[in-house]
Amino acid sequence: MLGWEFPPFISGGLGTACYGLTKAMSKLGLEVTFVLPRTICADNPSTHVKMRTPADANFHHVDLESAELKNIKFKAIDSPLKPYADAGTYRHEIEEMIRAKQKLHGTTMVGNENDFDDDKAHYAGDMYTEVHRYAAAAVKLAMQEDFDVIHAHDWMTYPAGMAVAAVTGKPLVVHVHSTEFDRSGENVNQMIYNIERAGMHGADKVIAVSYLTRNIILARYGVAGEKVEVVYNGIERNGNGLSIGKTGIKKDEKIVLFLGRITMQKGPEYFLGAAKKVLEVMDNVRFVMAGSGDMMKKSVELAAELGIGSKILFTGFLRGEDVRKVYERADLYVMPSVSEPFGIAPLEALNHDVPVLISKQSGVSEVLTHVLKADFWDTTEIANKIVAVLKYPPLQMTLKEHGNFEVRKLRWEDAAEKCKQIYEQLIDQAVCV
Amino acid sequence: MPSVCFYFQVHQPYRLRHYTVFDEDHRYFDTFKNKSICQKVANKCYLPTNRLILDLIKRHEGRFRVAYSITGVLLEQLADYAPEVMSTFDALARTGCVEFLAETYYHSLSFLYSRNEFHEQIFKHMDTIENLFGQRPRVFRNTELIYSNDLAEAIEEMGVFDGIITEGADRILEGRSPNFLYKPPKEGKAKLLLKNYALSDDIAFRFSNRGWSEWPLMSHKFSDWVNKVNGNGYVVNLFMDYETFGEHQWEDTGIFNFMRQLPEEIMKNPDNNFKTPSEAIASYPATDVINVPGLISWADTERDLSAWLGNAMQSNALHELYRMEQKIKKTGDKTILSDWRKLQSSDHFYYMCTKYFSDGDVHKYFNPYDSPYDSYINFMNVMGNLEKRCGKTPQNRQKVMSQLESGI
Repeated sequence: MLGWEFPPFISGGLGTACYGLTKAMSKLGLEVTFVLPRTICADNPSTHVKMRTPADANFHHVDLESAELKNIKFKAIDSPLKPYADAGTYRHEIEEMIRAKQKLHGTTMVGNENDFDDDKAHYAGDMYTEVHRYAAAAVKLAMQEDFDVIHAHDWMTYPAGMAVAAVTGKPLVVHVHSTEFDRSGENVNQMIYNIERAGMHGADKVIAVSYLTRNIILARYGVAGEKVEVVYNGIERNGNGLSIGKTGIKKDEKIVLFLGRITMQKGPEYFLGAAKKVLEVMDNVRFVMAGSGDMMKKSVELAAELGIGSKILFTGFLRGEDVRKVYERADLYVMPSVSEPFGIAPLEALNHDVPVLISKQSGVSEVLTHVLKADFWDTTEIANKIVAVLKYPPLQMTLKEHGNFEVRKLRWEDAAEKCKQIYEQLIDQAVCV
Repeated sequence: MPSVCFYFQVHQPYRLRHYTVFDEDHRYFDTFKNKSICQKVANKCYLPTNRLILDLIKRHEGRFRVAYSITGVLLEQLADYAPEVMSTFDALARTGCVEFLAETYYHSLSFLYSRNEFHEQIFKHMDTIENLFGQRPRVFRNTELIYSNDLAEAIEEMGVFDGIITEGADRILEGRSPNFLYKPPKEGKAKLLLKNYALSDDIAFRFSNRGWSEWPLMSHKFSDWVNKVNGNGYVVNLFMDYETFGEHQWEDTGIFNFMRQLPEEIMKNPDNNFKTPSEAIASYPATDVINVPGLISWADTERDLSAWLGNAMQSNALHELYRMEQKIKKTGDKTILSDWRKLQSSDHFYYMCTKYFSDGDVHKYFNPYDSPYDSYINFMNVMGNLEKRCGKTPQNRQKVMSQLESGI
């Protein structure tokens, strides 16, 4: 399995999803080798992560000493920050290896060679370099490992997935947690789009996290429908009755929470627009924006412009205990995402007994019924619903009760089971051919 | 000698428009939607079924007889949006073979919250029926057939009813047959007619279900089932929503043909006949006492009130609504009173039901909302505005008065 992040070092839902999925796979008895672009630093004692010095100079072997992840092996490809080799070097290296293999097996090239070329001259950013460096290293590592299926999470790992598939001839599954259209709207980075497209077309199976995402894959990337399966994300049960102490907190102020990356995709300006409208009819409410991102500065400015600066609290990126605390205080979680392939955060909010309001433009709205929904652009309706939750305790109560119950039905075990079926199908096909 | 007693429930609520906390006008109802639903149902159900029933009454020379309970809120809408339906009901009333029942004008749950309001709505409904159809109802049916000993007592005390219609729920019959007449524990003149839910639901719910072992249901088969009651009951009470014909069961299911042939098939057996509820009550004695200490209804499999009162939102909305009664009535404003009463229709609370929401099912029928939560929010916003309206009037008056005084 090729991934880009893993707890505790995450910037969004991808790491959480990889953690949940692999943990459930481990329970199902699937053996997973998880390849990360860089070493996990195990400073945080609460995660039970232990690092071992790698025998191989190129690879760090990380063991997560936990019964829950007992079938998961972690491979981290060490990432020296500087100096980077030119991206082309890695690309060249991969191509060489693939060519060498092709000569041996006489198979055709997976993917389109031109896909990586166009933007190379203009884009020499670290991400691009790292993606290809990762791919090169993954191929080397793959030759030392024994496995049946390659499972690549999001575009950063697709080149690696394709390269490993080309070298080993093993079936490739790409897992689309988000697409360039979700992240950037119509201002698509062509280089990333090309990588995504090549990955989806090169894969034997594409897993989409929702039908919303599946539609984008079909419409925008031209992938055949029968190749794309939907596997919804899950959520881990929250074992420690967090809600117990909650009622004891006395507060004269209601808290409405935005928790996520403050980027265009997440619709922070709609959150602020709705906040402005709420404050027209209510006073004792504060809006918390927890997260960071490239629209952070703009959001702070917008809040000031709207004249509601004193009512908005920016906390920066939160993790672990801080997340728990902010949920504990929140009366409502709002996710006004413009385009959200899935959205694990609302599930976490429900798990913490916080009712949620999500945009209809989110994959998670396909699986949740006991939540409030609104169009992301309809700030009046978002505000209308926020006011209702704050004003009418029975609404909050009913949403919590049913929402918490509903969220328990979304299990990573089911997602893992579905992935397993997809793997088995691919392996069977491979044998038949 | 089983008689067959048909009673059809005819109702459509005034659905609310999308109303946010930022709205300030007093237009609460979705006129466009109400009009289009009313006209759609009129064309698919009310008009063709009324014509069919009229035809059957004429063809069988008065031996085919039925009863209707038409809510006040539907009568108002029909007058505005589909007056041709009114004339066909009028024609039915003139045959002398059709009985009209009494209920709360607004199809409300007022019995549970305000006896005063309950009485007022029943009288308003009876007056309306008498005005329109020239007969004063003698039999009462409560909204959703909600019933208990207390309801029987309240109706008995009104002194104007010969009978009450309710659900033949298993837990009140305790093994007895719904095909007899019963009486409440407290002595009085009102008899109880209980819905034979098995035979009623064969028509209302199962008729078009191809997975049902008895599908397709033909009128002679159904008549055989009715004949089996012979010797073990007086009357088979077939109570159902009128929308069963043409709306719940579409025309292409054969529901109209079934109904067209049914009277003839039933009366092939000379022991059988058709009776209206009042006629059944006049013809047969009450055989036993039915004790119903807790509330029952005709809804879902539970036959309880959980479809309207199953969650915190529903009970909150209902309590808040009836809490306003005195305030509303003190304003003396007819529009405010009528708006408030239209909010009492049980449908508004049905839309807030979370019971089967995840599964999606019958509760979705003509439901204007995507979710029970949206329905609650909308309702509370409207109610908030309505309450502001009653608050304002006396305050404004006071303000005007004090201004006048200071001016003097």
